Amino acid sequence: MNFDFSEDQKFLAGEARKFLNAQCTTAHVREVLNDDNKSHHDGVWNKVVEMGWIGTAIPEEYGGLGLGMLELCVIAEEMGRALAPVPFASTTYFFAEALKAAGSEEQKKDVLEKVVSGEVVGCYAASEGPGNPEPSKLKTTFDGSKLTGTKIPVTDGDIATHAVVLAKEGSGASLVLVDLTGAGVSRKKVSTLEPTRSHAEITFDGAPAQRLGKAGEGEDYHNRVLDRAAVLLAFEQLGGADRCLEMATEFAKDRYAFGRPIGGNQAIKHKLADMYVKNQVARSNCYYGAWALSTDASELPEAAASSRLAASEAYWFASKENIQTHGGMGFTWEVDCHLFYRRAKLLAVQAGSPKVWKEKLVSALERKNAA
Amino acid sequence: MDFNDTKEEAEFRVEARSFLEKHLKPKDANSPRRPSGEDFLKRAKEWQKTKAEGGFAQITWPKEWGGRGGTAMQQVIWNQEEAKFDAPTGPFTIGLGMCVPTVIAFGSDEHKKRYVEKALRGEEIWCQLFSEPAAGSDVAGVKTRAIKDGDEWVINGQKVWTTGAHFSDYGIVLTRTDPKAPKHKGLTMFIVDMHQKGVEAKPIHQASGGREFNEVYFTDVRIPDSDRLGEVGDGWKVALVTLMNERLAVGGSPGPDWKEIMEYARDTGSLSDQAFREKLADWYVAAQGYSLTKFRTQTALSRGDTPGPENSIGKIITANQLQDICNSAIEMQDHYGIMNDTDTMPANALFQQSFMWAPGLRIAGGTDEILKNIIAERVLGLPQDVRVDKKVPFDELKQG
Repeated sequence: MNFDFSEDQKFLAGEARKFLNAQCTTAHVREVLNDDNKSHHDGVWNKVVEMGWIGTAIPEEYGGLGLGMLELCVIAEEMGRALAPVPFASTTYFFAEALKAAGSEEQKKDVLEKVVSGEVVGCYAASEGPGNPEPSKLKTTFDGSKLTGTKIPVTDGDIATHAVVLAKEGSGASLVLVDLTGAGVSRKKVSTLEPTRSHAEITFDGAPAQRLGKAGEGEDYHNRVLDRAAVLLAFEQLGGADRCLEMATEFAKDRYAFGRPIGGNQAIKHKLADMYVKNQVARSNCYYGAWALSTDASELPEAAASSRLAASEAYWFASKENIQTHGGMGFTWEVDCHLFYRRAKLLAVQAGSPKVWKEKLVSALERKNAA
Repeated sequence: MDFNDTKEEAEFRVEARSFLEKHLKPKDANSPRRPSGEDFLKRAKEWQKTKAEGGFAQITWPKEWGGRGGTAMQQVIWNQEEAKFDAPTGPFTIGLGMCVPTVIAFGSDEHKKRYVEKALRGEEIWCQLFSEPAAGSDVAGVKTRAIKDGDEWVINGQKVWTTGAHFSDYGIVLTRTDPKAPKHKGLTMFIVDMHQKGVEAKPIHQASGGREFNEVYFTDVRIPDSDRLGEVGDGWKVALVTLMNERLAVGGSPGPDWKEIMEYARDTGSLSDQAFREKLADWYVAAQGYSLTKFRTQTALSRGDTPGPENSIGKIITANQLQDICNSAIEMQDHYGIMNDTDTMPANALFQQSFMWAPGLRIAGGTDEILKNIIAERVLGLPQDVRVDKKVPFDELKQG
């Protein structure tokens, strides 16, 4: 039995935590939160690029470090814990993974190296309005060379240089690569619950674009990208949920009411024990997702769904009950609790809400049981 | 990261499996979930003896006591493989998992020589006599009195919820030897012969209808001082060792699990119900969470590390999930679901039966509330509950 990260991977996680503790504090996160003109933290992003983390799971032939998905998972956990206000997930888990999954050799050569160097910042555009985007009902269309339609909201859509877009092509769907700095693209920032990660509405008006992979196979690619991103997002959620448990525990030990620490009351103790249980359930499911991701196992659909569901639930519970444990202090702008509450919600809906993933999971279990 | 055995582990697994195949039938849908009765007890004793002779009983115990001198990981592998077979193991879980390890930790050389190997070979069964009517979660509140009389102690009192007392040969009994001392300080632990005069086991009629647990009455039972475990007044320290082993022994649930209710829903036409599908997803995620957590614990053992506290989440998840699954299965059938005839009801009324068993699982071996306290205090380091009885002489405590 070897169901844990290796010593090297744990070392990498430790180094990433040290780096982020020093270079990406919640003061950095607040610089973005408190400035409407800031879409991300430039200083943190430049350092993340310098560290080469974007290329963790990108093969060396495309300029990456060629380490692997397990290494990217441990970095994701630390990024989530630190609430890193940078387009790392968009660029690495979505954009680069979409290129890896569906791009031609030429497209990969052309783009991935620039992703690693920071020259290309990527985003992934699927949502067009309320509800989970269904490939058969997309309004954004691709005619083989040009893209038309509106995507909203697109995480990091205002700062990305390129996007991978899910679009209708003929009777099916395709994944399409677009240069957002080119002709036919207009974008405007949209206001969200989570201002430390920017969002945009992007309108394509005959924007030149190129397909990734085969026409009409976009739905399969899209699901593949989502499965892979789901595991990595789950690690970010796990990192955030664990940080919330730490914050709540520290506060409950230090805060005195009625003559003793509030953490001595069972109402608080049991709440935090529940948080611990949910976080452990999330951690174990995440590890399974990491295993499935790193080995490209046939179990990936259910492993991705269960890690995403467990981590979404854990982070939701931990972030809301962290505020509750802090009492009135937890509801102030100055105390960090709300930063986690905001991020938890974004990560839970960004690639489809729990309801969507529960259905994916049960469908996968049905297929498995029928087989 | 992988789920593979090391070379040594794989070799041991093959050895274990071929031994099991030689002696037992694989588990199937008809294997009973919570078997009991005379025949079962007889089979269990025979199987324990066979295991001991094959070197598979208590794998981590030293060879001198009949164990294998093996690793914790080998024990895990054995448990995994044995669970796939119709193996009658229940009657020994508490004795070998909790009582005899306490004898090993605190008993004399004579005790170990006299008791350990016989227990391991299934010749003698042990029970744990801690809980009392007024000492459940607050187990240090036991009132069963032991009074010194020469070289002997005289025991009077009542224990409750004692698993297997009616077929046990020996027990470890927690008694109060000094009622003037505060609650935790006046306790002493003894080995007791369950067949001797003055020991009487009476089955408890459980809410589920069954009678698997007992009340045990002690009336002027005499125990030689040489059968004391630990010092006089140190009974709580001894009990903690037993209870620590309990937390390792409990956690699993006999089911039904998410897979069984999924099949059941398909058969009864409820699998397309959206609300049910969402619940099913939740059960799957939590059940996977616990099984995979066990793999993490096993990984630590396999690497020769000490496992973390993560395994403590087990019973909180499994007991609650069992209750929730049974409840949903009954409601799925509306009014019809209230019937529990095992011959006519779908799935042999397994969900209805387990519905009545589940409340007990949430209490036995540490209630949900006590387990959460343990996580909060020992894992998260939160302060202990207020204990107004901590420094008060036991016989001055308020009762009710």
